[in-house]
Amino acid sequence: MNNLLALPVVLPLLGSLLALVWPRRADWAGLGASVAAFVAAGHIGAEVMRNATLELAVGGWAPGLGIALRADGLSASLLLMSTLVALAAGLYATTYFAEAQKRADFWPLWLLMITALHALLLSGDLFNIYVTLELLGLAAVALAALGGSRAALQAAVRYLTVGLLGSLAFLTGVGLIYAGYGTLDMVMLAGRVDAEPATWVALALMTAGLLIKSALFPMHFWLPSAHANAPAPVSAALSALVVKAAFYLVLRLWLDVFDVALSQASAGLLGLLGASAVIWGSWQAYRAERLKLLAAYSTVAQIGYLFLFIPVLLATEPGEARDLLFGALVLFALTHGFSKSAFFLGAGVILHRAGHDRIAELGGTSRALPVTTFVLALAGIALIGLPPSGTFLAKWQLMTSAIAAGQWLWIPVIAIGTLLAGAYVFRVLGHAFGPGEGVGPSLAWARAELPALLLALVATAVLGLGAAQVWTMVVPGSNAEGVSL
Amino acid sequence: MSLSNSLPLLILLSSLLPGLAIFLLREESFRLRTALNLFGASVKLILVGVMIWGVFHEQVYETRWTLAPGLDLVLHADALSVLFVSLSTLLWLVTTVYAIGYLEDSPHRSRFFGFFSLCVTATVGLALAGNLFTFVVFYEFLTLATYPLVAHKGTPEAIRGARIYLAYTLAGGMALLIGAVWLRTLAGPLDFVQGGILGGMDHLDPWTLRWIFLLLIVGLGVKAALVPLHGWLPQAMVAPAPVSALLHAVAVVKAGAFGIVRVVYDVYGVEFAASLGVLALLGAAAAVTIIYGSVKALSQDNLKKRLAYSTVSQVSYIALGTAILGPLATVGGMVHLVHQGVMKITLFFAAGNYAEALGVHRVSEMDGVGRRMPGTTLAFTIGALGMIGIPPVAGFVSKWYLGLGAAESGAALWVLPVLVGSSLLNAAYFLPILYRAWFGQPPAKWPGGHTHAGRWEINQALLWPPLLTAGLALAAGLFAAAPYSPLEWARLIAEREYSL
Repeated sequence: MNNLLALPVVLPLLGSLLALVWPRRADWAGLGASVAAFVAAGHIGAEVMRNATLELAVGGWAPGLGIALRADGLSASLLLMSTLVALAAGLYATTYFAEAQKRADFWPLWLLMITALHALLLSGDLFNIYVTLELLGLAAVALAALGGSRAALQAAVRYLTVGLLGSLAFLTGVGLIYAGYGTLDMVMLAGRVDAEPATWVALALMTAGLLIKSALFPMHFWLPSAHANAPAPVSAALSALVVKAAFYLVLRLWLDVFDVALSQASAGLLGLLGASAVIWGSWQAYRAERLKLLAAYSTVAQIGYLFLFIPVLLATEPGEARDLLFGALVLFALTHGFSKSAFFLGAGVILHRAGHDRIAELGGTSRALPVTTFVLALAGIALIGLPPSGTFLAKWQLMTSAIAAGQWLWIPVIAIGTLLAGAYVFRVLGHAFGPGEGVGPSLAWARAELPALLLALVATAVLGLGAAQVWTMVVPGSNAEGVSL
Repeated sequence: MSLSNSLPLLILLSSLLPGLAIFLLREESFRLRTALNLFGASVKLILVGVMIWGVFHEQVYETRWTLAPGLDLVLHADALSVLFVSLSTLLWLVTTVYAIGYLEDSPHRSRFFGFFSLCVTATVGLALAGNLFTFVVFYEFLTLATYPLVAHKGTPEAIRGARIYLAYTLAGGMALLIGAVWLRTLAGPLDFVQGGILGGMDHLDPWTLRWIFLLLIVGLGVKAALVPLHGWLPQAMVAPAPVSALLHAVAVVKAGAFGIVRVVYDVYGVEFAASLGVLALLGAAAAVTIIYGSVKALSQDNLKKRLAYSTVSQVSYIALGTAILGPLATVGGMVHLVHQGVMKITLFFAAGNYAEALGVHRVSEMDGVGRRMPGTTLAFTIGALGMIGIPPVAGFVSKWYLGLGAAESGAALWVLPVLVGSSLLNAAYFLPILYRAWFGQPPAKWPGGHTHAGRWEINQALLWPPLLTAGLALAAGLFAAAPYSPLEWARLIAEREYSL
């Protein structure tokens, strides 16, 4: 049964190869692989809910020698999100790229990116993680450049440079770890790690590399241009998935592997950077003139929230309280993934229909594109963190734990960030509801608008009302009470 | 799945599902939309009838859904929630009829009625919320559902009004959220319990509880339009008349007032709150608001603005009744929750009719409207007299009990001059309107210009709702002692809160 773990990696890779050798059928190969990966991820999720952790030693080699794949609640839930977002964004891409040639360029790279991402989420070994991280970065850069405009190319080159710098730092850290402990398997490492200077240096290097890749303030400078200039489906994946991959690794390293070597001060530093990201990113999003740039800055802010969880997590005693907070963190990451990808797809629809995405000129959008306006509103609710979205519950839990841990500083940060998010989301909606020609004739445009709607509904309704399932998945042994009807 | 654990959910769904279905309708499907609206409103009315009967006979209705470990969404029916649910349900039905008439041929009706239903869903959710967390959820949901209604016309003015509304309510929601989270970390799940839950927890620091109370009241005070948090209400006047009617009578301001009642009675417990000294603060804020709103109303020429400031003032009677310790004042505050709603919705319906039929928006243009539109003006008159507190209209009953409560408690004697002063001010801003309407000389040509040819003074869908609600306001006063009247129900609540 554990061979299941290989499928989310193998299927997209297969699809990628098919799309490469058979460009005329690229859409079918791509969508087929996406659906299959989604189904596989669903099975893995169900298995993890039953058995807590899945493990697969590829080829039968013992961990430490061969490639070990592992899935726990964290990776399985991110995997599920990734496959669903990739499916919806891929579906949208088939209408976004009007020319067949573009689509033939798009699919192999896209599926390669998904392959790398899934491999990263399932890897149990630091070296494999480095390889997948590098592969993920390269595929993402190529996709970001796919738009072909001068701005997109410039942004992609910067993205590439920064990404390489990040990987280099990560690799150096990995090397130091190997020299010190003789293994890169994360489970084995967790048992051996000591709090000593070499470990700190290695962890600092790896973390720095990951912070660059996850665009934590002030290392976020490359993100807005790269995400805003990429084609809309690509932007969706970059903001929803690729940035999260780096954050996922920070979580793994800090919570699972090196937790003994950590001090509250270092976590506090991450929290402070996160807080600055929340405020700065939200403010820049509020000031942005273009819809996609707004969404990109909003990602900077939302990544900041994720890092706010870390100091609170480390200050909370392991046990039920910590599990609750950890579940909230995963819920936050998932909700952001769905809502941000929905937002980018919606922005793409508007961009295509209007020929621009200047916020001040969006008047009439609510009449011309009611479904897409609704998508922006739903996704916006999740970005702000209002009920019934998952973000609301996650923020509620974060604030609860922060108060319980006496970390009052984060409360005003969350409050200000939330209000600024309200300001930037409703600035868009205000213009969309305003008078104006609208962006074009009113037509049902199902294939373009529905994937975004699906993602937005997951973020706002499914993850909000069904959030208890996330805790069931992430926290081993917890069986949150179901419906008492 | 029995009635006792599904009824609250069904009541919620009876407006949520029609609302969602309406979003999907085409603009032209007028009949289907009307049918859905009225169907939902009628089903809700029947379900609420069942609930009233059940709660009176001490049945327990509760729907519980676990959102996250330790965080339950609870819908629970007690005497207080039933009072608010019945008010919203009844007035929703009436307002829906009015809105169907009012929005005839205007664009975006599907969107309008969709959000209208969501707005009622949020209000009913607030009413049925069984713990503070659920209350916060629906409080924010209400903000979201009303924003598109305020912005509905899409004019720059409407967008601006909606933006101001949103800025106030989101900030208020944040204060409420922080207060609720903080309190929850100290005191657990915060299920609403008659008599309060904090009084029995001796380990809590009184000053912390005072700060939390302040946060909660600031958050709720924004929607309840307590001065100085009332700034959004006059701006939200740009909304279409049915929206203003609903906003002022049931949905938004009432949600705030209702929340204050919940926090004082069922979270802190009124006696414990009094011992903390926070009730004095609340009472002072309410008294200032009552006088300030009335004074501001005096100088407004725009009719809807005058009514808006009147709302600022009148809603604070509820907070005032809550802030005075003693069952009689409780009765006065609670009953005003219903009475103010019925009277104020009448006034807004009438104002909408003047604007719609005659193009009259200002008090100074109202000379002689009574002759042209006697039915509407009769309704307006009953509503206005009730607001002043003239018997036998419902408003008198509220003020009577508030006065009795103040006299009973002894410590709150200062409330009496506030009541007298505000009644005089009410008279000063309503009576001139009535005088103009009935005794003024109608102009040769109304500002709206178009002449009206028809048997009725205005489309019947616009005429009967104000007459009906005016009748209710009169009946609530005349038959105050009848069983199931708002007053009797308020007495029931007071008995249960003070365990008399």
